[in-house]
Amino acid sequence: MSFASFADFIAMGGHGPYVWLSYGISAVVLGLNVLLPVLAHRRYIADEARRIRREEAAQ
Amino acid sequence: MNWTWFHKWGSPKWFYEMSGAWLRALAWAAAVLLLLGTVWGLAIAPQDYQQGNSFRIIYIHVPAAFLAQSCYLMLAVAGVIGLVWKMKLADVALQCAAPIGASMTFIALLTGAVWGKPTWGTWWVWDARLTSMLILLFLYFGVIALSQAISNRDSAAKACAVLSIVGVINLPIIKYSVEWWNTLHQPATFKITEKPAMPMEMWLPLLVMVLGFYCFFAAVLLMRMRLEVLKRESRTRWVRAEVEGRA
Repeated sequence: MSFASFADFIAMGGHGPYVWLSYGISAVVLGLNVLLPVLAHRRYIADEARRIRREEAAQ
Repeated sequence: MNWTWFHKWGSPKWFYEMSGAWLRALAWAAAVLLLLGTVWGLAIAPQDYQQGNSFRIIYIHVPAAFLAQSCYLMLAVAGVIGLVWKMKLADVALQCAAPIGASMTFIALLTGAVWGKPTWGTWWVWDARLTSMLILLFLYFGVIALSQAISNRDSAAKACAVLSIVGVINLPIIKYSVEWWNTLHQPATFKITEKPAMPMEMWLPLLVMVLGFYCFFAAVLLMRMRLEVLKRESRTRWVRAEVEGRA
């Protein structure tokens, strides 16, 4: 462990805002990279399934 | 030489069937490596004797910058494969990788700026390394915009492939920018031929993070590619079966 206490860890020797801002924004960007394709995949499957049902009903 | 392994990649159905298992393995590897690397880099690695704790930003800055460049190289390789062998999957890979590469470039630039403030005393300087990375971001935007501007799929694929290949000229400029020009940016952290300039306890978590970012990139790329393959093959029987099986 490089830090004596949790408060030290958060403070990062005075560089806390820089470190946490970097990690925070990066986590958000990486998270979006996972979330957006998952949502798009679900939406596509739902839309396609509806389209297929409608076509089958029309026949 | 036996080329059947290469011909398999011509089949979107084969790719879709195989990539599900790859995706799971890569996602697990990425999650474990990124978690381990983050805890190691943030809490366990010793602080830098000059930069203090702000140096911990390296554990996302360097992997993201690596990925930003590797991803662009992948775009160009996919472009060549698409132009030469007319492989549909190469264009799918190119289109799906571009937004991920752009987001990695964004992370590298942003963490670089936030790291620059306490270390150099400024968020941004117009020096060679930073400017060439900004150009990389605009190249990614160019590829994305070009593919959306051309409605014909084959024309868009060709145009994006050519732009990706031409843009590769920027990669050696980024790499050697810290040697060719005076810059605030420090020289390369990873060198293949020499021992790392950092002590092992700082360098190992960085290696873990770099591997984690590569696995993350591969996993997210597969997620996007699988959806794109479903969309492009939506008229086929196997996609219909897949949709009905999942809905």
